[in-house]
Amino acid sequence: MVGLVIVSHSAKIAEGIREFALELTKPDQRILAAGGLGDGALGTDATRISAAIEAADSGDGVVVLVDLGSGVLSAETALEFLDPQQAARTRIADAPLVEGAIAAAVEASVGAPLAEVVQAAEDARELHKR
Amino acid sequence: MNECLIKAVRAVGEEIIKNKEWLTELDSAIGDADHGINMARGFTAVDAKLDSLLGEKDAAAVLKAIGMTLISTVGGASGPLYGTAFLRAAAAVPGKNALGRDEVAAILAAAITGIKDRGKAVQGEKTMLDALEPAYAAFESGKAEGKTLAGCLALARDAAGKGVEYTKTIIATKGRASYLGERSLGHQDPGATSTHIILAALADFCRNIEEG
Repeated sequence: MVGLVIVSHSAKIAEGIREFALELTKPDQRILAAGGLGDGALGTDATRISAAIEAADSGDGVVVLVDLGSGVLSAETALEFLDPQQAARTRIADAPLVEGAIAAAVEASVGAPLAEVVQAAEDARELHKR
Repeated sequence: MNECLIKAVRAVGEEIIKNKEWLTELDSAIGDADHGINMARGFTAVDAKLDSLLGEKDAAAVLKAIGMTLISTVGGASGPLYGTAFLRAAAAVPGKNALGRDEVAAILAAAITGIKDRGKAVQGEKTMLDALEPAYAAFESGKAEGKTLAGCLALARDAAGKGVEYTKTIIATKGRASYLGERSLGHQDPGATSTHIILAALADFCRNIEEG
């Protein structure tokens, strides 16, 4: 099953989205939160993100959902810390964080392959609210 | 010799921490008012990390450890940007235990490539590159003229300072400041400013060493 990593400047946001996604899918799904800095400050940390990707990867790949700004830079930096094979099956989704994470989690929960999970996340930007 | 590199990085950290409030003030005008706080947090963590590197003979290992520390403690965009710059710098000087003009030139060139790759930025977008690229060019010209390391770094510092002034005249197209468009005119870029501070600290440090 494809794993997910939720990246946010805020640990609470990342953890909250993780909780939300798990509620809507399967409790044993590999959804990891990588938010905030080690000391509790707001920010993103590429080493936390790479560790979360390693933990989320069952061999089927990982989709990383990010908030904005340095979240994207840190996620890209994290890919450099992975072994090349694992990096090759990790994708940073160009998707809104909450909607993308939920769509990706549901898609992953039915055993969809990596490309389809990424697509589900990215299609979530079309979920209009009015 | 790495003791010298470690002292140089400590000197950089002191200047960053000394300028913490000013950098944050500059960032509050066009960014998210955290550059000074973030950089000071990063270099405080680097300072603590340096204690464990005193016996390290490989300059590349020292630079890599600094890069990883910045990446995991700075938090804002400058974390992955400066962090990547240090990681690429480390890769540019494998196995060296002393850094002279050629090595520092290679470090500056690698740092520029790293920041460009990571930030997908080029010169003229109101970023740290607007200080670092002219600094590197000035360093190389000093090297060609046969100046000492301190002399090359002094030229790099001056060019970076001019680069900071130049950022006042251009519109930001990267990062949070880009949301402001023309309203970013007249403000100097905090990232270019911190790059200038780093180069100035290195130039001072090397001048003091050369003058004994």
